[in-house]
Amino acid sequence: MKRVFFEQMWAILAKDVRYELRSKQTWTSMGMFALLVLVIFNFAFDLHTENTNAVAPGALWVAFIFASLLGLGRTIAAEREQGSMDRLLLCPVDRKAIYLAKLLGNVLFISVVEIVALPVYAALFGVPLLAGGLIPIVLLGTLGIAIIGTLFATMAAATRARELLLPILVFPLIVPVVIAAVRATEALLVPTANEPPWIGLIIAFDIIFLCVSTLTFQYVIEE
Amino acid sequence: MALANKATTEVPQRQGTRPTRQRSLPIISLVLGVLAFASIMIAIPMAFLYAQTDVVQGPAQRIFYFHVPVAAIGMFAFVVMAVASIMYLWKRDERWDWAARASAEIGTVFITLTLITGSIWGRTTWGTWWSWDPKLTASLVLWFMYVGYLMVRSYMGRTSASANAGAVIAIIGVFDVPIIYEAVNLWRGLHPAAQVGVAGALPSDVVLTLLVAFAGFALLYGFLMIQLYQLQKVQTLAQRLRATVEYDIYV
Repeated sequence: MKRVFFEQMWAILAKDVRYELRSKQTWTSMGMFALLVLVIFNFAFDLHTENTNAVAPGALWVAFIFASLLGLGRTIAAEREQGSMDRLLLCPVDRKAIYLAKLLGNVLFISVVEIVALPVYAALFGVPLLAGGLIPIVLLGTLGIAIIGTLFATMAAATRARELLLPILVFPLIVPVVIAAVRATEALLVPTANEPPWIGLIIAFDIIFLCVSTLTFQYVIEE
Repeated sequence: MALANKATTEVPQRQGTRPTRQRSLPIISLVLGVLAFASIMIAIPMAFLYAQTDVVQGPAQRIFYFHVPVAAIGMFAFVVMAVASIMYLWKRDERWDWAARASAEIGTVFITLTLITGSIWGRTTWGTWWSWDPKLTASLVLWFMYVGYLMVRSYMGRTSASANAGAVIAIIGVFDVPIIYEAVNLWRGLHPAAQVGVAGALPSDVVLTLLVAFAGFALLYGFLMIQLYQLQKVQTLAQRLRATVEYDIYV
């Protein structure tokens, strides 16, 4: 029973990864987008050495979140356009396995983009972003964005205005992750005393919404 | 079945529309409406004439009698929406969905009014239309969730997929609001904004006025809830009828 669940999950995940490795559309556009956000930020905030520590965490997370949403919208929409989602639903697959596979796939795609983007950021901003403490923050934050994003991307894919709806639905809900991730990143650059437990907040967010999203996903895909 | 006596032809009904005895609803709505109107009419002179002027804030504080009840009911409406959504997913009865959507529409208006009245008060007391105070920020995020919910519902039309999507948004939202509040609180915790709060007991005339205003807006919520619920129902039935007519034309 349990083994079947993980096999199904693995099969869907492997299919998504293989598809993405062949087309490379989502990864390249997400990566380029993340880099372009940095360039825009550079003009918008006129970065100097004295304000990089204040602006860099924000720029980093804005780029990650926007790039994530771009990718999230694509992966599910492709599934809908080709009609493969209907076939997937016809298979005797647990809906929770579909959700978890899509979630893992999205986390993987976003992480690849982040791995490429982080060193570039560190170089361009001249900040030591590659410090060890950043990895858990980025991973947990990405997981939080992907948990909410996967659920709502599936929902938005069923509507006509999917590109418009996705950010409108996702941004308000991920406010806690945004605040916590930006603050935790900032605390790495400029350590301050009495910093609230930001990582704990992201972990709590991830656990709560992983449960709620896994349970409610079936209502989003079934018509 | 309930439609049969309205001289309409058979309407394809999905699960849920059982014959309902809702004749009493319009009367309840009327009573609630009259009571809401009366108590708000009492609350207005009370707020301006009966309640004492605040020593620190002056007359600007009087907006408090409308701001606080409207804000509380705007948030309460979200809880109603989430509970109705959970009931919808559980019972699969579309009447719960109508209730959820009705509550969302009222909640959106109430939170909008909260943001406007709060902003006016902030301008006179804080000297700024907006500050990123935890309560303000959380209310704004709540407003975005309401609007997102209504947008999804209107884009997806009156389908069961739309009802499911709405229910999921409401459930995710109701879990998220406390976390958002906590996060914003921690975020601003390091930079305390100018807090204008009156510690200690409020004078009795202030409490009484607030209670009357509270009752008025709670009754107004009940009145609007029934009205919008009926509107949702009529719109759904009308659309279903239209679908049958179109079907007859094309087939």
